[in-house]
Amino acid sequence: MQTGASGTPLEALGLIPAIPLAAALVNVFWGRQLGRRAAGGIACAAVAGSFLLSAYAAVRVADAGALRDVLFVWLDSGSLKVDVALAVDRLSALMLLVITGIGFLIHVYSVGYMAHDDGVARYFAYLNLFIFFMTLLVMADNLVLLFVGWEGVGLCSFLLIGFWYQENVNAIAGNKAFIVNRIGDFGFLLGVLLLFWEMSGQGIPSLDFSVLERNAHLLAPAKLTLITLLLFAGATGKSAQIPLYVWLPDAMQGPTPVSALIHAATMVTAGVYMTARLHFLFSSAPFTLTLIAWIGALTALVAATIALAQNDIKRVLAYSTVSQLGYMFVAVGVGAFSAAIFHLFTHAFFKACLFLSAGSVIHGLRGEQDMLKMGGLKRYFPVTYWTFLAAALAISGAPLTAGFFSKDLILWQAFASARGSFGLWLVGWITAGLTALYMFRQFFLVFHGEARAPAELRGQIHESPPVMTLPLVVLALGSVVAGWLGAPHYLGGGVWESWLAPVFGARPAAAHEPLSEELWLVALTVAIAALGVWAAYIGCVRSTRGFEVSEPAALRALYRLLARKYYVDEAYDVALVQPLTRFSSWLAASFDPGLIDGAVNAVAGGFWAASVRWRRLQSGYVQHYLFAFLLGALIVLSYFTLG
Amino acid sequence: MFSGDLTLLIFLPAAGALLVLALPRRATGALFKVAFLFAALTFLWALKILWKFEPGLATIQLVDRARWIPAYGIDYFVAVDGINLFLVLLTAFLVPLAILASWTIAERVKEFLFFMLVLETGMIGTLVALDLFLFYVFWELMLIPMYFIIGMWGGPRRVYAAVKFVLYTMSGSLLMLVAIIYLAVRHAELTQSLSFDLFRIQALSLPFEEQLWLFAAFALSFAIKVPLFPLHTWLPDAHVEAPTAGSVILAGVLLKMGTYGLLRFAIPLFPEVTLALKPALIALAVVGVVYGALVAMMQADLKRLVAYSSVSHLGLVVLGLFALNQDGIQGALYQMLNHGLSTGALFLLVGMIYERTHTRMIADYGGLWKPLPVFSACFLVITFSSVALPGLNGFVGEFLILLGAFRAVPFWTALAATGVILGPVYMLWMYRRVFFGPQGRSAGHALADLNRREIAILAPIIALVFFLGIYPDPLLRRMRPAVDAVVQQIEGKRPPALFDSDQARESAR
Repeated sequence: MQTGASGTPLEALGLIPAIPLAAALVNVFWGRQLGRRAAGGIACAAVAGSFLLSAYAAVRVADAGALRDVLFVWLDSGSLKVDVALAVDRLSALMLLVITGIGFLIHVYSVGYMAHDDGVARYFAYLNLFIFFMTLLVMADNLVLLFVGWEGVGLCSFLLIGFWYQENVNAIAGNKAFIVNRIGDFGFLLGVLLLFWEMSGQGIPSLDFSVLERNAHLLAPAKLTLITLLLFAGATGKSAQIPLYVWLPDAMQGPTPVSALIHAATMVTAGVYMTARLHFLFSSAPFTLTLIAWIGALTALVAATIALAQNDIKRVLAYSTVSQLGYMFVAVGVGAFSAAIFHLFTHAFFKACLFLSAGSVIHGLRGEQDMLKMGGLKRYFPVTYWTFLAAALAISGAPLTAGFFSKDLILWQAFASARGSFGLWLVGWITAGLTALYMFRQFFLVFHGEARAPAELRGQIHESPPVMTLPLVVLALGSVVAGWLGAPHYLGGGVWESWLAPVFGARPAAAHEPLSEELWLVALTVAIAALGVWAAYIGCVRSTRGFEVSEPAALRALYRLLARKYYVDEAYDVALVQPLTRFSSWLAASFDPGLIDGAVNAVAGGFWAASVRWRRLQSGYVQHYLFAFLLGALIVLSYFTLG
Repeated sequence: MFSGDLTLLIFLPAAGALLVLALPRRATGALFKVAFLFAALTFLWALKILWKFEPGLATIQLVDRARWIPAYGIDYFVAVDGINLFLVLLTAFLVPLAILASWTIAERVKEFLFFMLVLETGMIGTLVALDLFLFYVFWELMLIPMYFIIGMWGGPRRVYAAVKFVLYTMSGSLLMLVAIIYLAVRHAELTQSLSFDLFRIQALSLPFEEQLWLFAAFALSFAIKVPLFPLHTWLPDAHVEAPTAGSVILAGVLLKMGTYGLLRFAIPLFPEVTLALKPALIALAVVGVVYGALVAMMQADLKRLVAYSSVSHLGLVVLGLFALNQDGIQGALYQMLNHGLSTGALFLLVGMIYERTHTRMIADYGGLWKPLPVFSACFLVITFSSVALPGLNGFVGEFLILLGAFRAVPFWTALAATGVILGPVYMLWMYRRVFFGPQGRSAGHALADLNRREIAILAPIIALVFFLGIYPDPLLRRMRPAVDAVVQQIEGKRPPALFDSDQARESAR
C-alpha cells in the first residue's frame, strides 16, 4: 500500500470512508442479533469516528495543502489507468465535515426516530453505507472513482426511499429516483468518455483531477462545451434540476431522517460539488455556464411556486430543496463556485434542521404529514417549534442568519459578476420572496392557527425525546450562526473565500464593490422576504386551507396548476413513458415472436414441408441426425482432401 | 510439447462421467457426490493452471500438442493465453455450482450428471482447442449433452425448445465446418501441407472475396450462439424450458462460446473482412443492446426476462469486440466473465424461487423480502451487478467496453449507452414487483429462506461479484498482452485509406 503524505494510522485517508463501511457490514451480517441499541450505537460511533478523522484531515489540509492517498490500482486497460486514490483538499475537507458532521447528528436523531421500527439494523446499515459512498465521492481523486461514489449514493438513496418496501408507492418512488438519475448518468458517462479521449488525443490519457486541471486549457472550446454539457446532465439528475428534478419530491417516501441527510443536506448537492470540483472545465465553457445559471434560476423559481401549493409537510421541503439547489447552480453558472459551496454549506444546516423538525412533528403525530390536519402545534412542541422557526428564518434570509449571508452572496454575484445579469438577479430575488412565503405558510399552518388534528389524536401528541431534539438544537444553532464563516467583507468576513481560494483561485467572481450597490440589493432582498412572511401570516394564520382559494376562477386555476406541479409528471408520462412502454410491448408481443421468430419457424417449416417426401429417412431420433450429419461432414472432408 | 495440464483439465470431467456411468442407478446420493467431486477437482485443477500461467506473456502457454489424425494434418493442440484462461476458469467454477443446484433433481440422475460432466469436457475443450478441427469436434460435443439436458429435464415445451436449439445452432456450425475444411485445403494448396492449426492458417493471406465468405460462415455460427440480434429467438425458448443447471451453463458459458469464437477465430483469421464488416456488426450489436432491453422490460416470465437481458448484455460485448481496440476487447472479455457470473446467478436464483413456489410469473410474486430476506439480499446484489453498479463486476466490463467503443464509434456507443438507463428500468421494475410491495399470490406457500446448500452456491458467486468489481487488475493484467496481440494484428491489416473515425481522428490531429 502506497501512502502519500500519511505517517501515523490516523492520517490514513482511507479510514474516513472505511469506518462507516465496516459498520455497515457489521449491521448487514449481525445487526439483527446485536439488537436495536447496538445497531444504532455502532452506526453513530462510526460516523463520529469519520467526523473526527475528517476534522483532523481538515486541520492538516490547512497547513499542507492537499493530502493524497493512493490505495491500489483499480483498473488499467492499457490506455486508461484508474487508481483507487483518495485526496482531500480544502473543498473536499469542507464537504467531509458537512457529510460526517451533519450525518452524525442525523444518525443520532435516527436512533430516536426509528426506535420502534423492525428494520432498524437494515436502516443503519444503509445509512452507514451512504456515508461511505458519499465520503468516497468527495474524496475521489479521479472522475471514475467519483462516479463510484456517485452511483453508490444513488443505490443507498434507492434503498432508503423504498425502506418501507411493503408499500408499493415507496418502492415505486425508489425506482423512479434510480432510473431518473440514470438518465442523467447516461450523459455524465458520455461526458467522461469524451473528456478522456479528448485529453488522450492531447497526449494526456488521464482522468485524475490534478492532471485534468493542469491540462484543461488544451481542450478545444467546442469539445469543452459538449463535455461540460454532458457532465452537467448528470448534475441535473443527482441535484434535481430541470428537467430531471421530478424524482426528488417522490423521494420523500423514505424515512424523514433520510430525507434530511440524503435528499437535502448531502447527496443532492453532489452535482454542485462535481461542477465545483471540475470548475476548471466549466469556467472555460461560457455557453454551458450560461445554461447552468438559467436552469438553476428557472428551477429555483418553478420549484418555489410549486412549494406554495403543497400540503404535505415534507413535499414543501422537497420542492424547497430543489429550489435552493437552483440557487447553487445560479452561483455555479456565474462562475461563483465559492458562493455555491457556501450556500451548499448553510443549506445543509437549515434544510436538515427543517426536515428533522418536520420529522419530529410527524413522529409526534404518529405519522401524519398533511399540514391541513395540523395547526396550533406550538404548545405541543416547545423545542421543535423554535428549531423550525430558526431554520425557516435562515432559509428565508432573515438578516444575519446563515441563509442571509449565502443567498445574498449568490444574488450579488448573479447581479454583479461578469456573467451575471439583471434578469438572473430578478428571478433569484422573486424566488427569495417566494421562499419566505412558502416557508412561513408552512410554519403558520403547522404551528399556529386553530388545532385541526383529530380530537382522539390530540391527547397523544408529544414532543420528541432528547435524542431527537438535541440534534435539532445543534442544527438550529448552526442555521443561525454558520453563515458568519462567509460573512461579507463589510462585516469583517472573508474567511470562507480565503479558505477556498487555493481551490477556485483567489479572485472572487465579482468584487464586493461598490458597497452601496450591494447593500441596496441586500435591503431589497430582505424587504421582499419580509413581504413574504407578512403575506404568509395574512394568508395562513387564520386559514385552514393554506392559500387555496375558490374565487376568482383564475386564481383557483392557478392554485390548481401549482398544486398539481404544472402536470410535469403527467406530461412525462404521456410523452415518454407511455410511448416507450407501448413500443416495447409491441416488440415483445408482436414483432419478436411474430416477425423474427416467425421467420425462423417459417424457414424450419419450409424444410419440413419439403422433406415430407423424404419421410422414410426421418427416424425422429436426434442421434440419427447427428450420425448423418457427421457422415456428411466426413464426405465433404474426403472430397476436399482426397479429391 | 505436452505438459498434460490442460489435457487433464479437459478429460477430468469425462473421467467423472465414466465413473458416474459405472455407479448403480439407485445410488443417487453417491452419484451426486462423485459428480460434484470431479467438477470440484476440475475447478481446483483450473486454479492450478491459473497459478502456472505467466502473466506478462502474449503467447500461448501450457501447450499440449500431439498428432491426432496425421493423414489429414489434424493435431490435438490445446493451450491457454489471456483470452481463454479466465473463460476456462469460469466454466470450471460454474459447473460444480450447477451440479450443486441440481441436487433436487429426482429423475434419471445418473444420465443427468453424465451429460453435465460430458458437457464440461466439451466446453473446456472448445475453449482451449487451437486446432480448427479439434475445436469443431468439441464445439459439437457441447451440443449433444445440452440437447438432452433441455429435452429430458426441461419444462413442458422442452422438446420444441431442444430441437430448436440444436437445429438453429447446427445450421450455423455446418457452414463453419465447411469453412474450416476449405481453409485447411487452401492451406494445403498454398503450403503443400494439410493443416488445421489456427496459427498456420492465420498466417495465410487469402484474397478478400474468399475471406468474406469464410468470415460469413464463421461469424454466422458464432452470432447464433451469442446470440446476436436478430438470431436470438432460440434463446428465450431454450432458457424457459431448460432446468436450472441447463440455464446456468447455457447463459454462463455456452453463449460466451459465440463471443469467444468471434475473438479467437473470426476476427484474427479474417482481419480485412472484420474491418470492412465492422460497421454492420456494430449496428447489429447496438440494436441488440436496445432491443433486448426493451423486450426484456415487457416479459412476464422471470426466465424470459433474464434471457432477453442476455441479448442486451451480449450485444454490448460484441460492440466491445468490434471496437477492435485494447479497451473495447478487454472490456468485452471481462464482460463475458461478468455476464457468466451475474446471469448464471440470476438463473440459479430463479431456480431456487421456482422450487419454492412453482411459478416463474412475476405477477404471482410480491413482497418476497419479508419472508425471504437473505434470498432477497442476494438477488439484490446480483441485480445491481447486472445493471453495472460501480464497485461491482459489471461496471468494470461495461465501462471498458464503452471506453473502447466510444473511441471507435462514438455515436453508436452513445446509442448503446442508453442501456445504462434501460438496464435498471427492466431489472429494478422486475425486482420491485417480485420483492417489494404487498405479498403476492405466491405467499400462500410456506416459504423458507435459503438453506445451507443454496448459500454455498451463491456465496462464492457474490464474493466474485465484489472481487471482480473492486480489484479487476489481476485479471486485466493477464488478459492484456494477448488482447494487445490481437489488436496489433488487426491494426497491421488496416488499409491506410479506410474511412474510420479512428483514422479521421488521426488525420485531424
